[in-house]
Amino acid sequence: MIPTAVTSDPPEIPRLKGRGTPLREQFFRLSLWASLAIGVVFLAGLLTYVVVEGWPRLNPKLWTNFPDIIDPSNAGAQSAITGTIWVISFTALYCLPTGVLTAIYLEEYADRDRWWNRVVEINIQNLAAVPSIVYGILGLGVISRGLGFGQTVLTAALTLSLLVLPIVIISSREAIRAVPQSIRQASLSLGATQWQTIWRQVLPAAVPGMATGSILALSRAIGEAAPLLLLGGLTFITFNPTGVHSQFTVLPIQIFNWISQSRAEFTALASAAIVVLLVILLVMNSLAIWLRNHFTRRW
Amino acid sequence: MNIPRTPRRATARVSLAAALVVAAGACGGADAGSGDGGGDGLSGTIRVDGSSTVAPLSTAAAQLFQQRNPGVRITVGTSGTGGGFEKFCNGETEIADASRPITAEEQARCAEKGVGYEELRIANDGLSVVVSKDNDFVDCLTVEQLRRIWEPGSRIDNWNQVDPGFPDVELELFGPGTDSGTFDYFTQAVNGEEGASRTDYSPSEDDNVTVQGVSGSRGGLGYFGLSYYEENKDRLKLLRIDGGNGCVAPTGTTVQNGTYRPLSRPLLIYPSAAALDRKEVEAFVEYYVENNAGIARAAQFVPLSSAQEAELRQDLTRLREQHSP
Repeated sequence: MIPTAVTSDPPEIPRLKGRGTPLREQFFRLSLWASLAIGVVFLAGLLTYVVVEGWPRLNPKLWTNFPDIIDPSNAGAQSAITGTIWVISFTALYCLPTGVLTAIYLEEYADRDRWWNRVVEINIQNLAAVPSIVYGILGLGVISRGLGFGQTVLTAALTLSLLVLPIVIISSREAIRAVPQSIRQASLSLGATQWQTIWRQVLPAAVPGMATGSILALSRAIGEAAPLLLLGGLTFITFNPTGVHSQFTVLPIQIFNWISQSRAEFTALASAAIVVLLVILLVMNSLAIWLRNHFTRRW
Repeated sequence: MNIPRTPRRATARVSLAAALVVAAGACGGADAGSGDGGGDGLSGTIRVDGSSTVAPLSTAAAQLFQQRNPGVRITVGTSGTGGGFEKFCNGETEIADASRPITAEEQARCAEKGVGYEELRIANDGLSVVVSKDNDFVDCLTVEQLRRIWEPGSRIDNWNQVDPGFPDVELELFGPGTDSGTFDYFTQAVNGEEGASRTDYSPSEDDNVTVQGVSGSRGGLGYFGLSYYEENKDRLKLLRIDGGNGCVAPTGTTVQNGTYRPLSRPLLIYPSAAALDRKEVEAFVEYYVENNAGIARAAQFVPLSSAQEAELRQDLTRLREQHSP
């Protein structure tokens, strides 16, 4: 399953293309392009739509002001923007170390013949498919009420951590698995312990893959509204979080609330807030790409 | 009191008794912290949650109050009327927003947790039944016709089945989802049982989607709060409703005096008794009550009639005596 030899260059790819292209191949290529176009065209259409709709409200008031229900032209999303940043930072703080450590255990230490390791594995696969609202119910029942954390940034971050943990674990495992076995063997044969091998060889090599997966997981968390609505994410709040025990709102909830208002000005405001959310997402995703390119090692 | 199914006096008396019990029993779980600003410098956190219909009112009140009292932090959530009471009875909020009176079940829950409360009617809401602007054959529906359209298991899918006088036009139904207080209210008023509705319609938690759906379909029919009609007058046609005494259109007056039956309802807030003992909560509720007309207009609801207004003032006076912090 894993290449055993370390080659310096990828092998020459044989040229499969002959003279001229048969009709069937042209058709196949065309359908590939068409499939690609569907995604790209819809994304471009959506982006254009929200930018055009939100354009009149894409001014500094959007991030300097707080929600205002009486005068939509004066309303802003500052509490939602800071809330989003607070919640997502703490989500990263909780779920990344836990997820990465779980992945290391499962890939490097766990004995797959033991039933408990198999149970853990099946559980993680299944958890990744659980609808997000179910995590909201769990968060409300266990974290908010059971542990008594209330409707706070802490509860939201812990709930979102649980939500994206399976994604972090699965992508980190893939990244660790992609490190050639020969690297481990070489390290071990030179006298390194298992811990030294993991810490100095496997992890540095797996960082790009883990970073990409983690940031995609956090990108999903940042767009979640349903579980946080259930946890008591607020639709009107005029102060920024000051700590993990603060009340909060996040951009998706603010957007949801503005869209359901009856006045058209709020719809424009919602579009503008969507643009802000997209910008935050794009910044996170570019960071993921930069990390991948910066740390990628070729074997 | 013009609204039928609101045993308001009785509820108020029960809540008063509960309030007294709580006030005598303990100093309340005011964990959100009521700092002593002293004088006018009120401070503290007030959590409001509940009906998304009432939320615009509470939000407007909160916003105006905060401008005058920057030390007080008020948050408004929209868990729905049922969800709001759930949190309220669990002691997680200070005020519950509701688009229907508290149910016996919810009362029992609150009592069990020792949460006393007051009930205040702060505005009126009318449900509007709308069709498309292109619909030129319907002007008024009876409650009976509405019931036949919306009752569970209804097979009506053409306007000519509603009334033989209507043309052969396919009936397309739009309405709120089952979590909505509007859905609860409409099903109770029309079908006689809360939550009883046919299910093969296009539901949406976002009333703007219902507006889109109805306005785009000649045979479309939908219902939502009056403010959504006011905002989309140019795209929708408002139906008059015959509740037994002839066709009545929902207007400020007919909603206030209850002649627009049975689709007008009270909008209520329930401050908790323990919270009312805190200066900032009492000040907020007073502000809310005293400015109810302006707040209702700002949030585009039908303000109280003068009789309802008088009743509200009376409740407030009684509250002031009960809960002087």
